[in-house]
Amino acid sequence: MAASLTQQPTLDRSLGWFSVGLGMAQILAPRALGRMIGVGNRSTVLRMCGVREIVSGVGLLSGRAPATFAMSRVVGDVMDFALLGASLRSPRSNPTRVAAAATAVAGVAALDLYASKVELQSSMAEARQDVPVHASLMINSAPDQVYAFWRKLENLSRFMSHLESVTELDERRSEWSARMPGGMQLRWQSEIVEDQPGRLLSWRTLPGSEINHVGSVRFEPGPGGQGTQVHVEIHYGMPGGPAAAKAASLVSMAPESMVTEDLRRLKQLIETGEIATTRGQPAGVRSMIGRAFSKGES
Amino acid sequence: MRAVCWQGVHKVGIEEVPDARVINPRDAVIKVRKAAICGSDLHLYDGYVPGMMRGDILGHEFMGEVVETGAGVSNLSPGDRVVVPFPISCGNCFFCEQEMYSLCENSNPNARLAEKFWGHSPCGIFGYSHLLGGYAGGQAEYVRVPFADVGPMKVPDAMSDEQVLFLSDILPTGYMAAENCNIQEGDTVAVWGCGPVGLFAIMSAKLLGATRVIAIDRFPERLNLAQRAGAEIINYEEMDTLSTLQEWTGGRGPDACIDAVGMEAHMHGVQNTYDKVKQALRMETERPGVLRECIQACRNGGTVSVPGVYGGLADKIPLGAVVNKALTIKSGQTHVQRYMKPLMARIENGEIDPTMIISHRVSLDEVPDAFAMFRNKEDDCIKVVVNMAS
Repeated sequence: MAASLTQQPTLDRSLGWFSVGLGMAQILAPRALGRMIGVGNRSTVLRMCGVREIVSGVGLLSGRAPATFAMSRVVGDVMDFALLGASLRSPRSNPTRVAAAATAVAGVAALDLYASKVELQSSMAEARQDVPVHASLMINSAPDQVYAFWRKLENLSRFMSHLESVTELDERRSEWSARMPGGMQLRWQSEIVEDQPGRLLSWRTLPGSEINHVGSVRFEPGPGGQGTQVHVEIHYGMPGGPAAAKAASLVSMAPESMVTEDLRRLKQLIETGEIATTRGQPAGVRSMIGRAFSKGES
Repeated sequence: MRAVCWQGVHKVGIEEVPDARVINPRDAVIKVRKAAICGSDLHLYDGYVPGMMRGDILGHEFMGEVVETGAGVSNLSPGDRVVVPFPISCGNCFFCEQEMYSLCENSNPNARLAEKFWGHSPCGIFGYSHLLGGYAGGQAEYVRVPFADVGPMKVPDAMSDEQVLFLSDILPTGYMAAENCNIQEGDTVAVWGCGPVGLFAIMSAKLLGATRVIAIDRFPERLNLAQRAGAEIINYEEMDTLSTLQEWTGGRGPDACIDAVGMEAHMHGVQNTYDKVKQALRMETERPGVLRECIQACRNGGTVSVPGVYGGLADKIPLGAVVNKALTIKSGQTHVQRYMKPLMARIENGEIDPTMIISHRVSLDEVPDAFAMFRNKEDDCIKVVVNMAS
């Protein structure tokens, strides 16, 4: 882990200085730059982009929360693509130069993406465990049965959608591998702290892991002895802390909604033996937005 | 295979799509013999139900022949003729165990979206928006039926396709609407809307012992059918609904009122303009004129039953009347699986003839035109059956 990170500050610094330089040019000479990239006179838009570049650049150079600032550059790249595309509609634009500019943005975007991914991985391992996640769901099955299903850790990847595999190393320790949205792979080792059959399991990640959290799951008898109320409580280390978690929740990528969706799948699996899905069913011609949405559908 | 696809507001088309197939162990694939266009499909057609996407296959009323079953389905085999309920229900959860099938907790893969709108999610439904699961519907040559060991009911040889088709939705829906009225001997029930659900609600109210049923609509062909089903009729273009109901019930009001119209009610005057403008501006999703009238007309301590479809937010609901008149309001998507068997028996012994409401029979290719005709109430259109075999 540490070895792969040694060159990282260099990449961050380069991207940081690049950002600052580009931002200065956009603010000080927007007309010349506009002609150069073929979008014509768009001084206001370019100056605003310039401010954005300088914020990302200074952020990266400061070395604080590098993952957040590297990600802000990725977002900026997406914005640039959109603006370049939009500029083509204007009669003032020069398509050849716009295409050249887009190619340049693509190259930088690839670097940005790489940098943000590596940063995110390293900072997830170090962030404080201050993002709490609670989720609970009623399952129509007895507590010891739900507990038994969960305790066989290999079962977890059947309903935790981002989990690729869990391997039990011994009674207490296990090795986990997950793939997050965006394709980033995470590996960690976990150890069971408390194990009360039919009632509770708690665990923590071990040093050397790529993410860190402590968590517990309680299996409480439902009201009147009907079913089980499953409570999951996890404290995550997340780069950027609770604020970043809030931001992620806006796009439904927050840990909380992931855990809730996982519990829903657990419930389906235990109650019905399968997980409800429409993946693989026929449909007519989708619109572009429709295709994007269908990919996210379970 | 060919299927009816939603392509946008007032646009449906026949498209060539991949064949339906078994995805989960408890799935079956049905070769559709007969499907129907539901009044609630018109809410999709008019663009008032959120969560529709271009390319969605429509249709939640259908019956046909089993062609394939998953490993978890042992009660059906290829060749069985079945009618399929529109709610997709697992049969195992808290709600299914209590026969509240339309509230199944496990069949909507997009439950999180529905929860954002409504707090909790109902079951998944065939061809009825991604809020309700995004399942491909049955206005197609083939359809995948999840939890096929729970939903589909086998049809006896002696019964025709058309006789059982409406067990998939509208007959149980009309019946549950009447059952929700808790009808007592001597009761008067008023039914707004004499479309298929309204007509079946009228028949069911009679079967459940209502002394009088009063039907309200403006289309003569629909009022004629209501009369044939045993109702007294009010044409609201010619008579004032509220004062007529008052008069006919000696000032007390009907014991129960059924809103079989839903979110796109047709009304007159200021109220009509108000709701049309707000709905067009997306400031409310419904035009709840009929619901308002039901609440206003209902007798003290009576019941308002709402089988009509509403999706979101409605304005100016006379809640004061609900409280001060001690009304009970009952609603819900229909727990179809609960009613299929007993209603099939009533069809078999001749108590109900569901086929009397069919006004049009079309082929798959004629479906887009049929949607337009049904929506505009042209050619006395009441119920369109799609014959898939032709």
